[in-house]
This record gives sequence, structure tokens and C-alpha cells, in this order.
Amino acid sequence: MAARKTQAKPNVSADELKQYYRDMLLIRRFEEKAGQLYGMGLIGGFCHLYIGQEAVVVGLEAAAEEGDKRITTYRDHGHMLACGMDPKGVMAELTGREGGYSKGKGGSMHMFSRDKHFYGGHGIVGANVPLGAGLAFADKYLENGRVTFTYFGDGAANQGQVYETFNMAALWNLPVIFVIENNQYAMGTSQKRSTSTPEIHTRGEAFGIPGESVDGMDVLAVRDAGKKAVEHCRSGKGPYILEIKTYRYRGHSMSDPAKYRTREEVQKIREEKDAIEHVRDLLLQGKHATEDDLKAIDKEIKQIVNESADFAKESPEPALDELWTDIYADVAPQNA
Amino acid sequence: MATEILMPALSPTMEEGTLAKWLVKEGDEVKAGDILAEIETDKATMEFEAVDEGTIGKILIEEGTEGVKVNTAIAMLLDEGESADDLPEPSAAPKASSDDSEDAEKSAPAKAKSAAPAEDAPQPDRSPDWPEGTELRQQTVREALRDAMAEEMRNDSTVFVMGEEVAEYQGAYKITQGLLDEFGAKRVIDTPITEHGFAGIGVGASWGGLRPIVEFMTWNFAMQAIDQIINSAAKTLYMSGGQMGSPIVFRGPNGAAARVAAQHSQDYAAWYAQIPGLRVVMPYSASDAKGLLKTAIRDPNPVVFLENEILYGKSFDVPVMDDFTVPFGKARVWREGGDVTIVSFGIGMTYALEAAEKLAADGVEAEVIDLRTLRPIDYDTVLASVQKTNRCVTVEEGWPVGSIGNHISSVIMQRAFDYLDAPVVNVTGKDVPMPYAANLERHALTSVDEVIEAVNQVTYR
Ligand SMILES: Cc1ncc(C[n+]2csc(CCOP(=O)(O)OP(=O)(O)O)c2C)c(N)n1
Ligand SMILES: [Mg+2]
Repeated sequence: MAARKTQAKPNVSADELKQYYRDMLLIRRFEEKAGQLYGMGLIGGFCHLYIGQEAVVVGLEAAAEEGDKRITTYRDHGHMLACGMDPKGVMAELTGREGGYSKGKGGSMHMFSRDKHFYGGHGIVGANVPLGAGLAFADKYLENGRVTFTYFGDGAANQGQVYETFNMAALWNLPVIFVIENNQYAMGTSQKRSTSTPEIHTRGEAFGIPGESVDGMDVLAVRDAGKKAVEHCRSGKGPYILEIKTYRYRGHSMSDPAKYRTREEVQKIREEKDAIEHVRDLLLQGKHATEDDLKAIDKEIKQIVNESADFAKESPEPALDELWTDIYADVAPQNA
Repeated sequence: MATEILMPALSPTMEEGTLAKWLVKEGDEVKAGDILAEIETDKATMEFEAVDEGTIGKILIEEGTEGVKVNTAIAMLLDEGESADDLPEPSAAPKASSDDSEDAEKSAPAKAKSAAPAEDAPQPDRSPDWPEGTELRQQTVREALRDAMAEEMRNDSTVFVMGEEVAEYQGAYKITQGLLDEFGAKRVIDTPITEHGFAGIGVGASWGGLRPIVEFMTWNFAMQAIDQIINSAAKTLYMSGGQMGSPIVFRGPNGAAARVAAQHSQDYAAWYAQIPGLRVVMPYSASDAKGLLKTAIRDPNPVVFLENEILYGKSFDVPVMDDFTVPFGKARVWREGGDVTIVSFGIGMTYALEAAEKLAADGVEAEVIDLRTLRPIDYDTVLASVQKTNRCVTVEEGWPVGSIGNHISSVIMQRAFDYLDAPVVNVTGKDVPMPYAANLERHALTSVDEVIEAVNQVTYR
């Protein structure tokens, strides 16, 4: 991760900064709550928390326009909150309840919202990459000017289908941004133990896809890189790769022995690089907000998160009939 | 001696054709390569060459004749010194059908009949898995699998393990725990997340003289690699005329765990059991996990070894022996009974055994059979049992369409029809993708109650 260059005068308004702060904080508090509910047995199966990586989605959402699409992996809670999905519906899906985005049938890893142009939530590492390019294919075909953010991890970047996709995306000039969230680990495997060349953003070179590496702990750097990538795609120049260097503070999922890295490593990044603290500093130093303003935001977020948890506990389990629904469609889905 | 020139097959699917034109006449000398005739098939007109030298003695089929069956004699070729007058009457055309088809028609039903029960009484192998009096100790399935790999790795330096998180992390489900310490990084190898890639590298290594054990973190992810498992590992021995076998084990947890939803919960038993060239193993107990995995590692064929996450932590008796193996194709009878046969395998056995216990309390004695391997399947044990109980229920967690239960039912129907007092019932998972919600997941899987209900159905209770 590049050392942070704290800009004296970032090109960002006070309102924008506050918005990023709120959005990142919402993700963090939501995830902390999800961790608690998991511990209480209210969430089951796999649950992959996004804590530490918040600046990635919040920065990129700031570069997106209404109608742009996003698709990601199982580590998807942050993406859903950042694109405006309802925390209640997300949390209730985590608890497997009727009020969840997939009526309780998808769980943490498989949630979708056509409304918010969020195409999942995918459990198979690498599989969402061609899917994202397919969404972009449709956009190009329909000439609607939309861009698709296709998120995947440093580990996923080793799957063969990623490179098959790079080739076709470049060949057909698809408006897709490949966002590699490089949090340095794939489960317990560090990037250097899995990846022949560490500079993943250069992996598009052979296909003629430009790429750059971005400090993912700096929401403004992410946003600016995102804007550049969006501009590239929207102007018809084809795909773009953003390798965003980030870090996950928690385990891979809830059952992670965490023997593959030291506590100190995690602690150091939390203390020196935390993306939320960074924005907090910018707000206070730039006198865009007072401690009290920030406390008010914290309070508001806490309430949203608590309400989502209450909703997720109270929403009933799906009716047994739901077992048999949604297996075949009667009507073709509408164009997004 | 004169030889018959036969109507050639000019494409793999050609059965008959038109003899469009003779390019030789009776009395002509021909040598190999000379064009004899033009033959039309539905796809093309082809020239037909002589393969031998000689004299055209007699043309048997006039040019312009349509519908000439492949292998019909169309002309006679004379050797040196022979004359057309010496020729015997040609064999009645078409040759192929006259010789074979009648027989074939006769023999088909005869064959089916010979498979009928009485003449073909099943002879199951009822030998115990270990000698009587062998010391036993309790082990989890997890430990048994690890021990099997470690023992085989000690015995054979060409055995190695690779997969995601198998080394430093000690296995995502801790099946490879301790192997890195004992065997080092050369033989216990962490791979990147690239199932298709490392499955292919494994198959290549098996051709190169090694015995790879490829761990899939779960079988769900092996769908990325299924092309290498089937097209490369399973078929190459056949395609190479027996030269290139693939001694490789693909293993990992299969089927539903708990609450991991549709993409992480599929049971692949029936899928892989369909593939000739593979061996498919799905153990239930720890002793079977151990004995069968050792057999798998030694087997010269590709083995799909389907474990189950929920069974990993379950303990069973495992014999303390220097070299304990369990052969493929031998089912295990867990419980004898005369009222109904319950056939299952893998985690299905938990439902089968619990149901049998409850049924016994109710006065119904079930015979419970664990198939253990799905390719090959021990039909004899199943058939012998059904001939005794006259009723059968199959149990598995996988989907109902094209299930192992469907296949077992069909075999029973063909080979023990007269013994059946009720149609075989297949208890399976529901025909839906696995839901996440706890209550729905419970319903999507099968249950002890459903097994009991099925037994009631076949016993008309
Ligand atoms: C095809 C496939 N193989 C393996 C897995 C198991 N698995 C789930 S997440 C993961 C690590 C992925 O790491 P990375 O791509 O870096 O994403 P991160 O979890 O760090 O966000 C693995 C191996 C899977 N879900 N799908
Ligand atoms: Mg990662």
C-alpha cells in the first residue's frame, strides 16, 4: 500500500466528505452488528465481513451514475449498502428471513437488487467476472451508456475465466471496470504465495486493457481513479482495470484461525491507514465538521443499524411454500 | 481363391448406397488403387478403389442399383488362373445382415431372460472388512482421511497432495492437518484459486508418473474443473487404447453442509457416477473413509472421492492394522433385517440407520445397506437383500431426477422384478436449489421421517 499523501486541499466539498464518512461508517457498523448476530447464531453459514475495505465501494459509488451496474463476490454487504440497498433487507437476508432481499433463500453470499442494479452476490470465486462483462455486453448492445463495476479479489484474479473475460472485454470494447479488491489475502493465502507477478493491475496489458493501482484506504483516491475509469468506459474505449490496494481487518469468514498473518500487521494498518479515520481527520482538520457533528452522524448510523437488526430478528422465517417458488420463471426478466 | 468385393461404407453412418456406375467391366485386370466404381451415399458420391489385384470375374450388382446394403457382395475378383466359370454362387446378399441380424434378434431377448433372477442369483461378498478380534479405536472421519493420506504418502513417494489451503492453513476443513509438517512443501502444495488449472496439472502429473491427490475445497468448486476430471482424467485411458491411465484422486467435501445455500450445497454423487472411466466413492463411516481412500490412492484409475462436511467430525470404530484397505464395489450391510431393504450411501446413511432404529422399535426390521462406492456399485448385495425382503427404499440427499436411487430401482426392476411386493421408493433431497433459510433448508434435505414414511409405503402400513 502506498503511503498516504494527505492532500492539503482535496478537491472535495464538505458535504461530499460527510457523505463518504457516513457511508463508510454505515458499512462498518453494519458489519460489526452482523458479526454479533452471527455469534448469537442468528446468521448461519458463511459470512464474509467487509470491515477495512469500506473506502473501495464508497469511493467507486461516488464515481458511478444512476443506472450503472455492479456485481461482486460473496464479500458483498458493503457493496449493497453503498449502492443504496436497504440495510433492513440486507440484514434480514443474513438472518434468512422473509424480509430479506432474496426472501431468505440466498443468504449472505447471494443477494440481488435489480432496482439498485446490484447483480449479486456470487459464491464461486471468479465466476462473477465473466458475468459482469456480460452485463456490460448487454449495455453496449442496448447502447444505453451504462458502465458495469465488476469487483473481485486478488485470489480470484488467478482464475482462468478472468483472462478469458479480459480478452473478450477488450476485443469487444465492453464498458466494464474490473475492480480488483486486493486485500492481500485469499482466505489464508497471501498474495505473494499465490501470484507470480504481484502487480495485478498490469495483467490486462497483454489484452490492451489499461490498469492502475490505487490506494484503497483513501476514499478520494479511489473516487478519482473511479471517475477516470468510468470516463474511459463511457467514452467507448473499452474495459479498464483498477487494482485497489486494501485490507480486511477481520477473518476471511467467521471461522478463520488467522494464523497466516500477525496481529501486529492488522493492528498497524488499522492504526495508520484506516480509511474512516482518514476522512474523519480531513473533516475535522478542514473544519468541515465538529466533533459534535460527527457524533450526531455516529448516532444516526447506530440507529439505522439497530433498526436493521431488529427488523432482521422480527421478520418471520419464509413460509414453507417458498421452498417451491422461484425455480422457474413465468415471465422473462425486464431489461434493466 | 476368388474374393468378394463388398459394398463399402463410405461414412461412419452409411448403411446403404447407390451403385452409381461401374468403371470396370468383367474380365478387366485391376490392381490396388484402381477405381472400380462410383458409389452415392446420401451425403456424397465417392469413388471406390480396389484394394487387391486380380481380374473382375463377375459383376453381381448392376450399375444404377439403389439401396445396396453395406457389405453386400457387388463383384467377384479372380486370382491368377481362375476363371469366372469356376465361381460358386455368391453368398446371399446382403451378407452382413444375413449372417448377423437374425442371430441378433434371437439373442437379444434371450440375453434379457438370462438376466432374470432365478438363474442368476446374486452372490454377494459377505467377508468382513477386518479380521475378527482386530483392535478397534474411535476416530473421526477427518482423522481417518488424514491418516489414509499420510500412510500412503509414507509408502509411496510419488503420492502428493495439492489444493487450495491444504498446506499452511492445514486444509480448509482440516483434512490435511499436519501433512505439511511431515512431508514438506514439495509434497503438500498450496495452489492459487484456479480449480480448472490445478486439476489439469494434477492429471498431467498422473500421466507423468505421479499419484496426485487433488483436494477441492468443496466439490461445488470442482464444477470449474469438471472438464479436466471427465474429458482428461476419465476418458484418456480409453482414447489412448489403454496406454495412458490417470492414477489420481480428486477429493473433498460434497453435498450440503449447513446454511451455505445453493452454490455451496450440491451433491454430485449421481453426476459422477454416470461417467465411465471414473471410480466414484462416497464413504459414510471413518473406517470406510480410511480404507477406501487408501484403495483410491493405489487405484490406477481416476477416483472421485466424495466426502461430507457434516460427517467429518463424526467418530466411528477404525481397526488398528498396519495396512487396512476396503475394496471398491463391495457394499456393507450395517444392519440385517427381513422386512425391507434400505439402500443408501454417504450422509444418507445417517437417515437410513436412524430410521431403521425407529422402525425396529415399531417391529419392522430393516436391512440397511451402505453402497460405499457408486462406481462400481455392488448390485449383488442389494439384489440378494431385496430377494429376501421383497421391498426397497433408497435414501440420498441429492436431487430426485436421475438419482442413484432411480438407477438402483431400475436394476432391481430388471433383475428382481418377480421378487418385489411393492414399487421401490426413492427418498431424495427436494427438487429445488438449496435455500439459505434454516427452516427451508431443513425441508429441502431429506429426513428420518421421510424414510420411515417411505418404508410404510412399501410395506403398506
Ligand atoms: C471456485 C471457488 N473456489 C474456492 C472457493 C472457496 N473460497 C471462497 S473465498 C476464497 C478466497 C478468495 O480470495 P479473494 O479472491 O482474494 O477474495 P477475498 O475473500 O479476499 O475478498 C476461496 C478460496 C470458492 N468459493 N469458489
Ligand atoms: Mg483477497
